[in-house]
Amino acid sequence: MSALRIAVPRGALFGETLEILDRLGIDTAEVRSNDRRLLFSDVGIITMRPTDVPIYVEAGAADLGITGKDVLMEQSEREVYELMDLGYGRCEMVLASEAGEDRSAEALRRLGVVRIATKYPRTATRYFASTGRQAEIVEVKGSVELAPLTGLVEAIVDLTATGTTLRENGLVIREQIAVTTARLIANPVAHKLRAAEIDALTEQIRAM
Amino acid sequence: MTDRIRDVFAAAGYGEVSTPALEHEQTFARANLPVSASAYRVFDGQGDVLVLRPDMTVPIARMVATRYPHAEGPLRFCYLASAWRGVAAGRGQSREVLQAGVELLGAGGAAGTAEVLTVLCAALDAAGLDSYRIGLGDASLYPSLLEAVGVDADERELILSELARGDFVGVEREIGSLGLPAEQTELLLRLARARGGAEVLEGLEGALHDALAPLREVHALLSAGVAERVIFDLGLVRSLGYYTGAVFQIYDPAFGMPIGRGGRYDDLLATFGHPLPAVGFALNVERLHIALTSEERLGR
Repeated sequence: MSALRIAVPRGALFGETLEILDRLGIDTAEVRSNDRRLLFSDVGIITMRPTDVPIYVEAGAADLGITGKDVLMEQSEREVYELMDLGYGRCEMVLASEAGEDRSAEALRRLGVVRIATKYPRTATRYFASTGRQAEIVEVKGSVELAPLTGLVEAIVDLTATGTTLRENGLVIREQIAVTTARLIANPVAHKLRAAEIDALTEQIRAM
Repeated sequence: MTDRIRDVFAAAGYGEVSTPALEHEQTFARANLPVSASAYRVFDGQGDVLVLRPDMTVPIARMVATRYPHAEGPLRFCYLASAWRGVAAGRGQSREVLQAGVELLGAGGAAGTAEVLTVLCAALDAAGLDSYRIGLGDASLYPSLLEAVGVDADERELILSELARGDFVGVEREIGSLGLPAEQTELLLRLARARGGAEVLEGLEGALHDALAPLREVHALLSAGVAERVIFDLGLVRSLGYYTGAVFQIYDPAFGMPIGRGGRYDDLLATFGHPLPAVGFALNVERLHIALTSEERLGR
Protein backbone atom coordinates (compact mmCIF):
# COMPACT_ATOMS: atom_id res chain seq x y z
CA MET A 1 0.00 0.00 0.00
CA SER A 2 1.28 3.50 -0.76
CA ALA A 3 2.54 5.85 1.95
CA LEU A 4 0.02 7.90 3.92
CA ARG A 5 -0.69 11.12 2.11
CA ILE A 6 -0.41 14.21 4.30
CA ALA A 7 -1.85 17.66 3.59
CA VAL A 8 0.69 20.21 4.82
CA PRO A 9 -0.26 23.87 5.36
CA ARG A 10 1.94 26.53 3.82
CA GLY A 11 2.14 29.77 5.80
CA ALA A 12 2.62 30.26 9.54
CA LEU A 13 2.46 26.55 10.42
CA PHE A 14 4.72 25.43 7.55
CA GLY A 15 8.11 25.44 9.30
CA GLU A 16 7.14 23.58 12.45
CA THR A 17 5.05 21.12 10.46
CA LEU A 18 8.06 20.24 8.30
CA GLU A 19 10.17 19.80 11.43
CA ILE A 20 7.70 17.24 12.76
CA LEU A 21 7.71 15.43 9.43
CA ASP A 22 11.52 15.41 9.46
CA ARG A 23 11.53 13.81 12.87
CA LEU A 24 9.04 11.21 11.62
CA GLY A 25 11.65 10.26 9.05
CA ILE A 26 9.86 11.82 6.10
CA ASP A 27 12.27 13.48 3.69
CA THR A 28 11.19 17.12 3.37
CA ALA A 29 14.33 18.45 1.63
CA GLU A 30 12.54 18.74 -1.69
CA VAL A 31 9.52 20.45 -0.07
CA ARG A 32 11.79 23.01 1.59
CA SER A 33 13.81 23.75 -1.51
CA ASN A 34 10.94 24.08 -3.96
CA ASP A 35 8.27 26.56 -2.93
CA ARG A 36 6.42 26.50 -6.23
CA ARG A 37 5.76 22.79 -6.44
CA LEU A 38 2.67 21.67 -4.49
CA LEU A 39 2.57 17.92 -4.86
CA PHE A 40 5.41 15.69 -3.64
CA SER A 41 4.03 12.23 -4.40
CA ASP A 42 7.22 10.32 -3.62
CA VAL A 43 7.13 11.37 0.07
CA GLY A 44 3.33 11.62 0.31
CA ILE A 45 3.16 15.37 0.91
CA ILE A 46 0.70 17.83 -0.60
CA THR A 47 1.17 21.50 0.29
CA MET A 48 -1.69 23.98 0.31
CA ARG A 49 -3.29 26.88 2.13
CA PRO A 50 -4.28 25.95 5.70
CA THR A 51 -7.95 26.63 4.91
CA ASP A 52 -7.90 24.01 2.14
CA VAL A 53 -6.58 21.22 4.35
CA PRO A 54 -9.97 20.08 5.78
CA ILE A 55 -11.64 19.59 2.41
CA TYR A 56 -8.72 17.54 1.04
CA VAL A 57 -8.82 15.34 4.13
CA GLU A 58 -12.61 15.06 4.19
CA ALA A 59 -12.71 13.92 0.58
CA GLY A 60 -9.91 11.42 1.15
CA ALA A 61 -7.57 13.19 -1.29
CA ALA A 62 -5.22 13.23 1.72
CA ASP A 63 -5.30 10.67 4.54
CA LEU A 64 -3.97 13.06 7.16
CA GLY A 65 -3.60 16.80 7.40
CA ILE A 66 -2.31 19.52 9.66
CA THR A 67 -4.13 22.80 10.10
CA GLY A 68 -5.09 25.35 12.73
CA LYS A 69 -7.98 24.90 15.14
CA ASP A 70 -9.25 28.26 13.83
CA VAL A 71 -9.75 26.66 10.40
CA LEU A 72 -11.52 23.64 11.92
CA MET A 73 -13.81 25.89 13.97
CA GLU A 74 -14.74 27.85 10.87
CA GLN A 75 -15.33 24.69 8.82
CA SER A 76 -17.04 22.70 11.55
CA GLU A 77 -19.26 20.90 9.04
CA ARG A 78 -16.30 19.02 7.55
CA GLU A 79 -16.36 15.38 8.51
CA VAL A 80 -12.78 14.88 9.60
CA TYR A 81 -11.36 13.31 12.74
CA GLU A 82 -9.33 15.56 14.98
CA LEU A 83 -6.61 13.28 16.30
CA MET A 84 -4.11 15.44 18.15
CA ASP A 85 -3.35 18.86 19.47
CA LEU A 86 0.15 19.46 18.14
CA GLY A 87 0.67 22.42 20.46
CA TYR A 88 2.48 24.76 18.11
CA GLY A 89 1.12 27.74 16.17
CA ARG A 90 -0.61 29.04 19.29
CA CYS A 91 -2.95 31.96 18.55
CA GLU A 92 -5.94 33.56 20.13
CA MET A 93 -9.27 34.23 18.48
CA VAL A 94 -10.30 37.58 19.93
CA LEU A 95 -12.84 40.33 19.78
CA ALA A 96 -11.00 43.64 19.41
CA SER A 97 -11.99 47.24 18.96
CA GLU A 98 -10.34 50.67 18.91
CA ALA A 99 -8.58 51.73 22.08
CA GLY A 100 -10.47 54.08 24.37
CA GLU A 101 -14.13 53.67 25.05
CA ASP A 102 -15.31 50.37 23.56
CA ARG A 103 -17.46 51.33 20.59
CA SER A 104 -18.81 47.80 20.22
CA ALA A 105 -20.18 47.87 23.77
CA GLU A 106 -21.63 51.29 23.10
CA ALA A 107 -23.31 50.08 19.90
CA LEU A 108 -24.86 47.15 21.74
CA ARG A 109 -26.08 49.42 24.48
CA ARG A 110 -27.51 52.15 22.29
CA LEU A 111 -28.54 50.27 19.15
CA GLY A 112 -28.85 46.70 20.38
CA VAL A 113 -26.75 45.46 17.49
CA VAL A 114 -23.05 45.62 16.71
CA ARG A 115 -21.23 45.39 13.37
CA ILE A 116 -18.29 42.98 13.31
CA ALA A 117 -15.72 42.51 10.53
CA THR A 118 -14.00 39.15 10.30
CA LYS A 119 -12.40 36.52 8.11
CA TYR A 120 -14.16 33.95 10.30
CA PRO A 121 -17.88 34.69 9.75
CA ARG A 122 -19.18 31.39 11.12
CA THR A 123 -17.02 31.45 14.24
CA ALA A 124 -18.04 35.05 14.89
CA THR A 125 -21.74 34.34 14.25
CA ARG A 126 -21.68 31.37 16.64
CA TYR A 127 -19.85 33.36 19.30
CA PHE A 128 -22.29 36.25 19.27
CA ALA A 129 -25.29 33.94 19.14
CA SER A 130 -23.96 31.91 22.07
CA THR A 131 -23.41 35.05 24.14
CA GLY A 132 -26.88 36.33 23.33
CA ARG A 133 -25.86 39.44 21.44
CA GLN A 134 -27.09 40.61 18.07
CA ALA A 135 -24.38 41.23 15.52
CA GLU A 136 -24.10 42.04 11.85
CA ILE A 137 -21.19 39.97 10.60
CA VAL A 138 -19.26 41.59 7.75
CA GLU A 139 -16.99 39.13 5.97
CA VAL A 140 -13.76 40.60 4.65
CA LYS A 141 -10.96 38.69 2.96
CA GLY A 142 -8.01 40.54 4.46
CA SER A 143 -6.77 43.59 6.41
CA VAL A 144 -9.52 43.19 8.97
CA GLU A 145 -7.88 45.90 11.12
CA LEU A 146 -8.87 48.49 8.55
CA ALA A 147 -12.59 47.98 9.05
CA PRO A 148 -13.05 49.58 12.51
CA LEU A 149 -10.61 52.40 11.70
CA THR A 150 -12.74 53.50 8.75
CA GLY A 151 -16.04 53.22 10.57
CA LEU A 152 -17.23 50.20 8.59
CA VAL A 153 -17.71 48.27 11.84
CA GLU A 154 -17.36 48.77 15.59
CA ALA A 155 -15.18 45.72 16.27
CA ILE A 156 -13.43 42.77 14.68
CA VAL A 157 -13.11 39.06 15.36
CA ASP A 158 -9.66 37.94 14.32
CA LEU A 159 -6.80 35.61 15.05
CA THR A 160 -3.74 37.04 16.72
CA ALA A 161 -0.45 35.45 17.74
CA THR A 162 1.35 38.31 19.46
CA GLY A 163 -1.13 41.16 19.25
CA THR A 164 1.39 43.31 17.38
CA THR A 165 -0.78 43.99 14.35
CA LEU A 166 -3.71 44.89 16.57
CA ARG A 167 -1.57 47.29 18.63
CA GLU A 168 -0.04 48.90 15.56
CA ASN A 169 -3.54 49.70 14.37
CA GLY A 170 -4.65 51.09 17.72
CA LEU A 171 -6.90 48.13 18.53
CA VAL A 172 -7.21 46.45 21.91
CA ILE A 173 -8.46 42.98 22.81
CA ARG A 174 -11.87 43.09 24.49
CA GLU A 175 -12.69 39.39 24.75
CA GLN A 176 -10.89 36.12 24.13
CA ILE A 177 -13.03 33.71 22.13
CA ALA A 178 -10.73 30.70 21.83
CA VAL A 179 -7.13 29.59 21.95
CA THR A 180 -6.11 27.80 18.77
CA THR A 181 -3.17 25.54 17.95
CA ALA A 182 -2.14 23.26 15.11
CA ARG A 183 -4.15 20.03 14.92
CA LEU A 184 -3.53 16.70 13.25
CA ILE A 185 -6.67 15.62 11.41
CA ALA A 186 -7.54 12.40 9.60
CA ASN A 187 -9.98 11.18 7.02
CA PRO A 188 -12.53 9.01 8.91
CA VAL A 189 -12.24 6.11 6.48
CA ALA A 190 -8.42 6.19 6.42
CA HIS A 191 -8.51 6.30 10.23
CA LYS A 192 -10.24 2.91 10.21
CA LEU A 193 -8.59 1.26 7.22
CA ARG A 194 -5.03 2.37 7.95
CA ALA A 195 -5.29 2.26 11.72
CA ALA A 196 -1.89 0.70 12.41
CA GLU A 197 0.05 3.22 10.31
CA ILE A 198 -1.84 6.21 11.69
CA ASP A 199 -1.52 5.04 15.31
CA ALA A 200 2.22 4.44 14.84
CA LEU A 201 2.58 7.97 13.53
CA THR A 202 0.59 9.61 16.34
CA GLU A 203 2.55 7.59 18.93
CA GLN A 204 5.79 8.86 17.43
CA ILE A 205 4.54 12.44 17.59
CA ARG A 206 3.38 12.01 21.20
CA ALA A 207 6.82 10.72 22.13
CA MET A 208 8.53 13.83 20.71
CA MET B 1 -25.90 -3.22 -9.87
CA THR B 2 -29.20 -2.76 -8.01
CA ASP B 3 -30.55 -5.89 -9.70
CA ARG B 4 -27.60 -7.91 -8.44
CA ILE B 5 -28.07 -6.56 -4.92
CA ARG B 6 -31.79 -7.33 -5.06
CA ASP B 7 -31.01 -10.90 -6.11
CA VAL B 8 -28.72 -11.34 -3.09
CA PHE B 9 -31.42 -10.07 -0.74
CA ALA B 10 -34.03 -12.36 -2.30
CA ALA B 11 -31.73 -15.40 -2.18
CA ALA B 12 -31.17 -14.79 1.54
CA GLY B 13 -34.93 -14.84 2.11
CA TYR B 14 -35.58 -11.10 2.42
CA GLY B 15 -38.87 -9.94 0.91
CA GLU B 16 -38.97 -6.53 -0.72
CA VAL B 17 -41.30 -3.99 0.86
CA SER B 18 -42.25 -0.44 0.04
CA THR B 19 -43.65 2.09 2.45
CA PRO B 20 -45.11 5.57 1.96
CA ALA B 21 -42.64 8.37 1.26
CA LEU B 22 -44.59 10.53 3.70
CA GLU B 23 -44.80 9.58 7.37
CA HIS B 24 -46.24 11.34 10.38
CA GLU B 25 -43.64 13.51 12.07
CA GLN B 26 -44.22 11.75 15.39
CA THR B 27 -43.15 8.43 13.87
CA PHE B 28 -39.56 9.63 13.68
CA ALA B 29 -39.70 11.59 16.92
CA ARG B 30 -40.65 8.35 18.69
CA ALA B 31 -37.60 6.68 17.20
CA ASN B 32 -35.35 9.11 19.07
CA LEU B 33 -34.21 10.74 15.84
CA PRO B 34 -33.46 14.45 16.14
CA VAL B 35 -35.98 16.76 14.52
CA SER B 36 -33.17 17.90 12.18
CA ALA B 37 -33.04 14.39 10.67
CA SER B 38 -36.41 15.02 9.02
CA ALA B 39 -35.39 17.80 6.67
CA TYR B 40 -38.62 18.14 4.68
CA ARG B 41 -42.01 18.78 6.24
CA VAL B 42 -45.40 19.25 4.68
CA PHE B 43 -48.87 19.85 6.07
CA ASP B 44 -51.85 17.84 4.99
CA GLY B 45 -55.44 19.04 4.70
CA GLN B 46 -56.08 18.46 8.40
CA GLY B 47 -53.04 20.47 9.43
CA ASP B 48 -51.05 17.38 10.45
CA VAL B 49 -47.30 17.56 9.94
CA LEU B 50 -45.86 14.93 7.61
CA VAL B 51 -42.20 14.41 6.76
CA LEU B 52 -40.41 12.86 3.83
CA ARG B 53 -38.83 9.79 5.43
CA PRO B 54 -35.13 10.28 6.31
CA ASP B 55 -34.57 6.53 6.42
CA MET B 56 -36.36 3.23 5.81
CA THR B 57 -35.66 1.55 9.13
CA VAL B 58 -38.21 3.50 11.13
CA PRO B 59 -41.02 3.12 8.55
CA ILE B 60 -40.38 -0.63 8.38
CA ALA B 61 -40.40 -0.84 12.19
CA ARG B 62 -43.74 0.98 12.19
CA MET B 63 -45.07 -1.26 9.44
CA VAL B 64 -44.06 -4.43 11.28
CA ALA B 65 -45.56 -3.25 14.55
CA THR B 66 -48.88 -2.43 12.90
CA ARG B 67 -49.15 -5.13 10.20
CA TYR B 68 -47.52 -8.05 12.04
CA PRO B 69 -48.52 -7.25 15.64
CA HIS B 70 -48.31 -10.87 16.80
CA ALA B 71 -45.38 -12.10 14.75
CA GLU B 72 -42.45 -13.37 16.77
CA GLY B 73 -40.17 -13.47 13.78
CA PRO B 74 -37.77 -13.76 12.43
CA LEU B 75 -39.15 -11.46 9.75
CA ARG B 76 -36.91 -10.56 6.83
CA PHE B 77 -37.51 -7.45 4.75
CA CYS B 78 -35.43 -5.62 2.18
CA TYR B 79 -35.82 -2.45 0.18
CA LEU B 80 -34.36 -0.41 -2.61
CA ALA B 81 -35.97 2.88 -1.86
CA SER B 82 -35.44 6.60 -1.56
CA ALA B 83 -34.84 8.50 1.64
CA TRP B 84 -34.62 12.29 1.89
CA ARG B 85 -31.83 14.14 3.59
CA GLY B 86 -31.03 17.75 4.29
CA VAL B 87 -28.08 19.09 2.32
CA ALA B 88 -25.47 21.74 2.91
CA ALA B 89 -25.26 24.53 0.35
CA GLY B 90 -22.76 24.01 -2.43
CA ARG B 91 -21.73 20.49 -1.46
CA GLY B 92 -23.30 18.68 -4.40
CA GLN B 93 -25.25 16.42 -2.06
CA SER B 94 -28.45 14.77 -3.20
CA ARG B 95 -31.65 15.49 -1.33
CA GLU B 96 -33.04 12.17 -2.47
CA VAL B 97 -30.81 9.21 -1.65
CA LEU B 98 -31.36 5.72 -3.03
CA GLN B 99 -30.78 3.18 -0.29
CA ALA B 100 -30.43 -0.59 -0.49
CA GLY B 101 -30.88 -2.35 2.80
CA VAL B 102 -32.35 -5.13 4.87
CA GLU B 103 -34.07 -5.35 8.23
CA LEU B 104 -34.09 -8.57 10.24
CA LEU B 105 -36.73 -8.45 12.97
CA GLY B 106 -37.25 -10.89 15.78
CA ALA B 107 -33.72 -12.28 15.65
CA GLY B 108 -31.89 -11.09 18.71
CA GLY B 109 -28.28 -11.27 19.72
CA ALA B 110 -25.20 -12.32 17.86
CA ALA B 111 -26.89 -14.71 15.44
CA GLY B 112 -29.05 -11.97 13.94
CA THR B 113 -26.14 -9.56 13.68
CA ALA B 114 -23.94 -12.19 12.04
CA GLU B 115 -26.66 -13.04 9.52
CA VAL B 116 -27.08 -9.42 8.49
CA LEU B 117 -23.30 -8.92 8.18
CA THR B 118 -23.17 -11.98 5.96
CA VAL B 119 -25.94 -10.62 3.71
CA LEU B 120 -24.16 -7.26 3.65
CA CYS B 121 -20.91 -8.81 2.41
CA ALA B 122 -22.77 -10.85 -0.20
CA ALA B 123 -24.49 -7.68 -1.44
CA LEU B 124 -21.21 -5.75 -1.67
CA ASP B 125 -19.53 -8.68 -3.43
CA ALA B 126 -22.42 -8.85 -5.90
CA ALA B 127 -22.18 -5.11 -6.48
CA GLY B 128 -18.60 -5.76 -7.55
CA LEU B 129 -16.84 -3.86 -4.81
CA ASP B 130 -13.38 -5.26 -4.17
CA SER B 131 -11.64 -3.69 -1.17
CA TYR B 132 -14.47 -2.85 1.22
CA ARG B 133 -14.23 -3.25 4.98
CA ILE B 134 -16.87 -3.19 7.71
CA GLY B 135 -16.13 -1.33 10.93
CA LEU B 136 -17.96 -3.12 13.74
CA GLY B 137 -18.48 -1.71 17.21
CA ASP B 138 -20.98 -1.80 20.03
CA ALA B 139 -23.09 1.30 20.74
CA SER B 140 -23.64 0.28 24.37
CA LEU B 141 -19.96 -0.35 25.12
CA TYR B 142 -18.47 3.11 25.59
CA PRO B 143 -21.49 4.64 27.38
CA SER B 144 -21.56 1.78 29.91
CA LEU B 145 -17.80 2.06 30.34
CA LEU B 146 -18.15 5.75 31.19
CA GLU B 147 -21.01 5.00 33.51
CA ALA B 148 -19.00 2.28 35.24
CA VAL B 149 -16.23 4.72 36.15
CA GLY B 150 -18.79 7.17 37.52
CA VAL B 151 -19.12 9.78 34.76
CA ASP B 152 -22.42 11.63 35.09
CA ALA B 153 -25.04 11.68 32.35
CA ASP B 154 -24.35 15.18 30.97
CA GLU B 155 -20.63 14.57 30.76
CA ARG B 156 -21.24 11.16 29.13
CA GLU B 157 -23.40 12.79 26.48
CA LEU B 158 -20.67 15.36 25.75
CA ILE B 159 -17.91 12.75 25.46
CA LEU B 160 -20.06 10.48 23.28
CA SER B 161 -20.95 13.29 20.89
CA GLU B 162 -17.27 14.19 20.58
CA LEU B 163 -16.42 10.57 19.95
CA ALA B 164 -19.16 10.31 17.30
CA ARG B 165 -17.69 13.38 15.58
CA GLY B 166 -14.16 11.97 15.79
CA ASP B 167 -12.97 14.86 17.96
CA PHE B 168 -10.30 12.92 19.83
CA VAL B 169 -8.70 16.10 21.13
CA GLY B 170 -12.00 16.95 22.81
CA VAL B 171 -12.40 13.41 24.16
CA GLU B 172 -8.91 13.56 25.62
CA ARG B 173 -9.61 16.96 27.19
CA GLU B 174 -12.93 15.89 28.74
CA ILE B 175 -11.70 12.55 30.03
CA GLY B 176 -8.53 14.20 31.33
CA SER B 177 -10.63 16.70 33.29
CA LEU B 178 -12.68 14.02 35.08
CA GLY B 179 -10.03 13.49 37.73
CA LEU B 180 -9.97 9.72 37.27
CA PRO B 181 -6.98 7.60 38.26
CA ALA B 182 -4.28 7.63 35.58
CA GLU B 183 -4.76 4.02 34.53
CA GLN B 184 -8.53 4.50 34.02
CA THR B 185 -7.91 7.63 31.96
CA GLU B 186 -5.34 5.79 29.87
CA LEU B 187 -7.71 2.85 29.38
CA LEU B 188 -10.66 5.03 28.32
CA LEU B 189 -8.51 6.85 25.78
CA ARG B 190 -6.98 3.65 24.47
CA LEU B 191 -10.37 1.98 23.99
CA ALA B 192 -11.76 5.05 22.23
CA ARG B 193 -9.04 4.55 19.62
CA ALA B 194 -8.92 0.73 19.61
CA ARG B 195 -9.64 -0.62 16.16
CA GLY B 196 -8.26 -3.57 14.24
CA GLY B 197 -8.65 -7.34 13.97
CA ALA B 198 -10.14 -9.69 16.55
CA GLU B 199 -7.09 -9.04 18.76
CA VAL B 200 -8.67 -5.77 20.02
CA LEU B 201 -11.36 -7.91 21.70
CA GLU B 202 -8.74 -9.69 23.77
CA GLY B 203 -6.24 -8.69 26.44
CA LEU B 204 -8.72 -6.99 28.76
CA GLU B 205 -9.71 -8.21 32.18
CA GLY B 206 -12.78 -8.64 34.34
CA ALA B 207 -15.86 -6.58 33.53
CA LEU B 208 -14.28 -5.14 30.40
CA HIS B 209 -13.55 -8.57 29.02
CA ASP B 210 -17.20 -9.47 29.66
CA ALA B 211 -18.42 -6.25 28.05
CA LEU B 212 -16.80 -7.37 24.80
CA ALA B 213 -18.49 -10.79 24.88
CA PRO B 214 -21.27 -9.77 22.45
CA LEU B 215 -18.71 -8.73 19.82
CA ARG B 216 -16.68 -11.91 20.36
CA GLU B 217 -19.88 -13.92 19.91
CA VAL B 218 -20.62 -12.19 16.61
CA HIS B 219 -17.04 -12.79 15.48
CA ALA B 220 -17.30 -16.50 16.31
CA LEU B 221 -20.39 -16.82 14.09
CA LEU B 222 -18.88 -15.19 11.01
CA SER B 223 -17.50 -17.22 8.14
CA ALA B 224 -13.82 -16.64 7.34
CA GLY B 225 -14.72 -14.63 4.26
CA VAL B 226 -16.92 -12.23 6.23
CA ALA B 227 -14.62 -12.08 9.27
CA GLU B 228 -11.68 -10.91 7.18
CA ARG B 229 -13.78 -7.92 6.06
CA VAL B 230 -14.49 -6.84 9.63
CA ILE B 231 -12.50 -4.24 11.56
CA PHE B 232 -13.45 -4.13 15.22
CA ASP B 233 -13.79 -0.54 16.35
CA LEU B 234 -14.43 -0.06 20.06
CA GLY B 235 -14.73 3.71 19.73
CA LEU B 236 -17.55 3.41 17.18
CA VAL B 237 -20.58 4.86 18.89
CA ARG B 238 -24.10 5.20 17.64
CA SER B 239 -24.63 7.64 14.84
CA LEU B 240 -28.41 7.25 15.04
CA GLY B 241 -30.54 7.63 18.15
CA TYR B 242 -32.16 4.20 17.99
CA TYR B 243 -29.08 1.96 17.84
CA THR B 244 -28.64 -0.18 20.93
CA GLY B 245 -25.96 -2.85 20.45
CA ALA B 246 -23.76 -3.75 17.51
CA VAL B 247 -23.23 -0.85 15.10
CA PHE B 248 -21.33 -0.94 11.84
CA GLN B 249 -20.14 1.26 9.02
CA ILE B 250 -19.03 0.27 5.53
CA TYR B 251 -15.79 1.69 4.17
CA ASP B 252 -13.85 1.47 0.96
CA PRO B 253 -10.32 2.81 0.52
CA ALA B 254 -11.36 4.30 -2.83
CA PHE B 255 -13.94 6.58 -1.22
CA GLY B 256 -13.40 9.00 1.64
CA MET B 257 -16.74 8.56 3.40
CA PRO B 258 -18.70 5.58 4.72
CA ILE B 259 -20.86 4.04 1.99
CA GLY B 260 -23.41 2.61 4.36
CA ARG B 261 -24.17 1.82 7.95
CA GLY B 262 -26.23 -0.40 10.15
CA GLY B 263 -26.75 -1.75 13.60
CA ARG B 264 -29.01 -3.34 16.17
CA TYR B 265 -32.10 -1.44 17.30
CA ASP B 266 -33.56 -3.75 19.91
CA ASP B 267 -35.75 -1.09 21.56
CA LEU B 268 -37.21 0.64 18.50
CA LEU B 269 -40.09 -1.75 17.85
CA ALA B 270 -41.25 -1.42 21.45
CA THR B 271 -41.89 2.28 20.89
CA PHE B 272 -44.48 1.18 18.30
CA GLY B 273 -46.02 -1.22 20.79
CA HIS B 274 -44.51 -4.50 19.59
CA PRO B 275 -41.20 -5.30 21.32
CA LEU B 276 -38.93 -7.21 18.93
CA PRO B 277 -35.14 -7.23 18.73
CA ALA B 278 -33.97 -6.15 15.29
CA VAL B 279 -30.93 -5.38 13.18
CA GLY B 280 -30.39 -3.99 9.70
CA PHE B 281 -28.23 -1.97 7.36
CA ALA B 282 -28.61 0.59 4.59
CA LEU B 283 -26.20 1.11 1.71
CA ASN B 284 -26.07 4.46 -0.03
CA VAL B 285 -26.32 3.31 -3.65
CA GLU B 286 -24.90 6.54 -5.05
CA ARG B 287 -21.79 6.31 -2.87
CA LEU B 288 -21.47 2.62 -3.65
CA HIS B 289 -21.47 3.52 -7.33
CA ILE B 290 -18.78 6.19 -6.82
CA ALA B 291 -16.64 3.77 -4.80
CA LEU B 292 -16.96 1.17 -7.58
CA THR B 293 -15.87 3.57 -10.30
CA SER B 294 -13.01 4.87 -8.11
CA GLU B 295 -11.80 1.32 -7.55
CA GLU B 296 -11.84 0.76 -11.31
CA ARG B 297 -10.03 4.03 -11.94
CA LEU B 298 -7.36 3.18 -9.38
CA GLY B 299 -6.80 0.02 -11.41
CA ARG B 300 -7.53 -3.21 -9.69
